[in-house]
Amino acid sequence: MKMAKENNVKLHGMWASPYVKRVEIALKIKGIPYEFVEEDLVNKSQLLLQYNPVHKKVPVLIHNGKPICESLVILEYIDETWKNGPPLLPQDPYKRAKVRFWTSFVEKELFENLLLVARSEGEAQEKAIKVVFEKLQLLEEGLKDLFQGETYHIDGETMGILDIVLCSLFGAHEAQEEVLGVKFIDPEKFPLVCSWVTALTEVTAVKELRPPHEKLVAVLQFIRQRALQASAA
Amino acid sequence: MEEVKLLGFWASPFSDRVIWVLKLKGVNYEYVEEDPYNKTQLLLQRNPVHKKVPVLIHGGKSIAESSIILEYIEETWPQNPLLPQDAYQRAMARFWIKFGEEKMATICAVFRTAGAEQEKAIEEATELLKIMEEKGLGDKKFFGGDAIGLVDIAFGWLACLYEVVEKVSAVKVLDADTFPQLHAWIQNLKVVPVIKENLPDHQKMVGHLKRRRETHLALPNCHN
Repeated sequence: MKMAKENNVKLHGMWASPYVKRVEIALKIKGIPYEFVEEDLVNKSQLLLQYNPVHKKVPVLIHNGKPICESLVILEYIDETWKNGPPLLPQDPYKRAKVRFWTSFVEKELFENLLLVARSEGEAQEKAIKVVFEKLQLLEEGLKDLFQGETYHIDGETMGILDIVLCSLFGAHEAQEEVLGVKFIDPEKFPLVCSWVTALTEVTAVKELRPPHEKLVAVLQFIRQRALQASAA
Repeated sequence: MEEVKLLGFWASPFSDRVIWVLKLKGVNYEYVEEDPYNKTQLLLQRNPVHKKVPVLIHGGKSIAESSIILEYIEETWPQNPLLPQDAYQRAMARFWIKFGEEKMATICAVFRTAGAEQEKAIEEATELLKIMEEKGLGDKKFFGGDAIGLVDIAFGWLACLYEVVEKVSAVKVLDADTFPQLHAWIQNLKVVPVIKENLPDHQKMVGHLKRRRETHLALPNCHN
C-alpha cells in the first residue's frame, strides 16, 4: 500500500551523539514513526559506509531507501517533506534566515568550543572556557533581539531547528557541569539562554529521548580521558 | 519595492556568490565596498556578531553569512530557481554546499603552507576534490544538472579563484588530467554570462593573494 512505503523511515545513529539526538527530536516532534539502527562507531557497518561514503558518520536518515546525511540538512529535509506536523522553521524568509543564522552560530561557535573545553586541560582549557563564555554572551544578546515581539517564542511542546540544536548541545548541561566543573548555563550570567534551555529540557520529546544522567557523565568522561591521553602521547 | 544593499569586499568569494545570485535573479541592488581592515560603522552595526562581509540589507533588515543569504534570496525572489523543487534533491544540494564550506580551508591550505607542510596540503586537497568530482559532480555538466544551481555558485570560487591560489602558491592541484570532469565544469561555469562578467580583476587578485600568502608564511608557528 502506498502509505506504508511513504512512511518507511530509518535512522542510523548512536545513542550518545548530539547530532543524532537532533534528528530523533525532530522525528518525534513531527510524529514520524521510524526505526533506529544503533551503529558501533568503532566498527561501522557496511550499510553506513554505503549510505554515507563521503563522511562515514551518523546520523543518516533513510527515507524509502534514500539516504540523507548531515544533521542540519536532515532537519530541513524533514521539515520540507512532512508538512503535517508542527513546522521546524518559520514561513517568512527573514525569520528563516534569523533561525538559520543562530543555528549556525550555535553549531560553529558553541559546539566546537565546548568540545575543546572537554578535550583540554590547564591553560588551553582556561582559554577555551573563556571563548565559550564570550559566545554565550553573544547568544544572550542575540536572543534579546530574537525573542522580541513575534519573531520567536518557545511554545509549549513545539520546537524548531534552533531549539533542537541548542537542546542537543546544552540539554546535557548538568552532566557537562559535573565532568568539566564549569557552570555554563548560569542564570545570573545568561538569564535568557538559561531559561530557554530549561524550558527545552522540559519538552516531552526531549525528556523521553534523554539518556540517563550517569550514562551522559560516563560518556563525557570517556571522551575527555581519551582526548587527554591522545594529546599527552 | 524594498531597497536592497550588499556590503561586500571585491576579493571575497563569499561576496561574489551573493552578487551572482542577485544578478541571476534580476534583483536590483546597491553595492557597498567594505575594507576588511577598516570596517565601517554600518558593517559593525549590521553584522555585530561576526563583523564580516557579505551582509545583505533588504528593506532595512540585515542578513549575514553567505549561504544563509543565498537561501534568503532564493526564497524571497523565486524567479529563476537555483535550488531543485524536490526535497531530496534539495537535501543533496545543501549537503554539497555544506561540504564546500567545511572543506574550503583544507582545499586552500596550499596557500598558507610551504615545503613539506604544503606537500601534505596538496594530498589532502586532492582527496577532497576527488570526492567532489566523483560523488558530487559525476557525469553532470553542472552540480545543479543541465543548468547552474546554488551548489555551482557556492563552488564558484573553485572555478574562478583557485587557479590564482595555485599560481601564487606555486602548485598545481586541479589539473585537467587528474580532474577531467571538474576541469570541464570550470570551463562551463566560466562562460556563464553572469559569472564571466562579475569576476574580480585577475591581476589585482594575484597581487592581493601574493601579499596575503607572504603574511601567512611570515607568521610564527604557522598551524593549519
